Amino acid sequence: MSEAGSQADRAAILGSIRRALRRGPLSGAARQAVDARLADPPRGPAVGRAALAEPEKVALFCQWAEFNNATVARVAAADVPGEIVGYLARNNLPAAAAMAPSPALEALDWASQRMLTLRHGRGEGADQVSITGAFAGIAETGTLVMASGPEHPVTLNLLPDTHIVVLREGDIVGGYEEVWQRLRARYGKDAMPRTVNTITGPSRTGDIEQTIELGAHGPRRMHIVVVGG
Amino acid sequence: MQSTARSFKDNVDTALADPNLQDSLSKLKVGFSERRRQAAERLPEFEALRDRARDIKNHALANLDFYLEEFERKVTALGGHVHWAPTADDARRIIADLCRSIGARTVAKSKSMVAEEIGLNEHLEALGIAPIETDLGEYIIQLRHEPPSHIIAPAVHLTKDQVADTFLEHHSKLGFTRRLTERNDLVAEARAVLRQKFLDADVGLTGANFLVAETGSSMLVTNEGNADLSNTLPRMHIVLASIEKVIPTLEDAAVLLRVLARSATGQESSAYTTLNTGPKRPGDLDGPEQYHVVILDNGRSSVLGTEMQDMLRCIRCGACMNHCPVYGAIGGHAYGWVYPGPIGAVLTPQLLGVEEAANLPNASTFCGRCESVCPVRIPLPGLMRHWREREFERHLTPKAIRQGLALWGFMARRPRLYRRMTALANRLLALLGRAEGRYRTLPLAGGWTRFRDFPAPPAGGTFHAQWRRRKP
Repeated sequence: MSEAGSQADRAAILGSIRRALRRGPLSGAARQAVDARLADPPRGPAVGRAALAEPEKVALFCQWAEFNNATVARVAAADVPGEIVGYLARNNLPAAAAMAPSPALEALDWASQRMLTLRHGRGEGADQVSITGAFAGIAETGTLVMASGPEHPVTLNLLPDTHIVVLREGDIVGGYEEVWQRLRARYGKDAMPRTVNTITGPSRTGDIEQTIELGAHGPRRMHIVVVGG
Repeated sequence: MQSTARSFKDNVDTALADPNLQDSLSKLKVGFSERRRQAAERLPEFEALRDRARDIKNHALANLDFYLEEFERKVTALGGHVHWAPTADDARRIIADLCRSIGARTVAKSKSMVAEEIGLNEHLEALGIAPIETDLGEYIIQLRHEPPSHIIAPAVHLTKDQVADTFLEHHSKLGFTRRLTERNDLVAEARAVLRQKFLDADVGLTGANFLVAETGSSMLVTNEGNADLSNTLPRMHIVLASIEKVIPTLEDAAVLLRVLARSATGQESSAYTTLNTGPKRPGDLDGPEQYHVVILDNGRSSVLGTEMQDMLRCIRCGACMNHCPVYGAIGGHAYGWVYPGPIGAVLTPQLLGVEEAANLPNASTFCGRCESVCPVRIPLPGLMRHWREREFERHLTPKAIRQGLALWGFMARRPRLYRRMTALANRLLALLGRAEGRYRTLPLAGGWTRFRDFPAPPAGGTFHAQWRRRKP
């Protein structure tokens, strides 16, 4: 398509919208109002369950994550590798995983688990198990937030059959709005990572007779290791 | 997609006589609507959120040009591209050109109603590019060469056994030669077949639930994970979205997300809600090299500022069809085009013309359940009434109905004549069978009595007569 053609198409759509709205491009006070709304976004009605205090917030996160078919273990940082190896054994899964190349994960004491084989990098089609961190957890719905980047390839969230997520208690927030604030603080107001996946439980489908089956295209199992302290 | 909305009445007869469809629909009536009710009850703020969701969409529509330009600015700043498509033709051309620019042979598609609307698959196939539907429901109906029958559950019209037969027919050449009987086995087989196709695909094409102007992100709400594989594995990600999908900010998205999943499937949250912003970044280990957003108008801008503007608030949750007694009886295919149910009865006349779709707004009992569950409070019965009026004005209404209404109008304007005639009709009906309390057949009402008895009027004369006697 030509550049001139696409500019004409753009003008056609915007012109048609403005004709229908019986005005030209926004200007003056109307323009200031929408600019201000973008600069300081108003929040919607407060949701009670998204505003709980510290211990209840973590408990609510765990409760909704389990409601949405994830499993949850709460451990101290030193016990994370042991918990993961134990989880794999309890579920008859291979003691091998693809792990996100994140300093926070690498810093854990994996040497204590000699049976576990780790591969570091992105997810591949045949991966059985992945281990990743999370940018945040949302108590309101038991949802994990994954921000893509060199330390967290998106494919690890999607390709393996089993996804194990290590989440710090301090990264659990009440509602979605707090996640947006954290993203702006980390990446800047106008810059997002390529992908933010918010994930609530394992992959599922209800496309055959409206009956939920887990593991449609993404992981069949999601295990969340909540790290205290 | 070719419309069959004109032959709605024949479509209905076919649907009512289809035992598999009726079996599937019987499950729909209790499934989605009960789950939505429970999810709404679990969130005390649900009604307040619906009000806010309506207001957000109204604000976005009133400033649509501004937010679309803002969205474009942000996408471009992050290395993505925005393409403007005034018509379905333009959108098909833009997408085909993008695919050909990288020599694409296969396109992994995540469910997109807008792609159905513009007939994208047929267009790509004609150019030798293979579109692969990856949403399980869409995949099933693609194998069967059927259109979707529901906007969020495209294969809801099929039974498990029909799916098993379809898979056996198409998968046996891939080595899957056993006919499966369990749902989880069917899901696992589709996963295995589609996994390789994902890894091989050149382009990933998705729709968008929302376009966030503040960040230039496209937002996708799914359960299977197929949309996320589509936007991560192939070299190019194309987002196809219509103009009314743009919303101002992430805070607005939070409100809309809280009502969307609960209204659609009764979930607290869908399994995957994903924000995509531009292509792969330096240092990223995965993600597409190119990111394109195709923004489609296709007649929507002309609805702005009219009494029909409310329909553009729709966030495509499907609650209106899940709660519609007419949809529940006939399913989605009978509506004849992409969007079925009450929202289809309002959108299709707008997008295809009232001549094509005049029957659809009449396929309503006006019970009002659709409006009562709509997360953005679209006055669907009112909008259907609007189309009925346009149909009548344009003399598209069948002759028998027009003559009947003319006769009734003549009588209604002459109260004394009206009362005499209704009193006569009442006595006549009494003679025909009040003793039994119902009629098996009635003159001029064969359409009714063919399927059910007509109740006999109670003794005591017409309503007018009774009112006069009892009036205090």
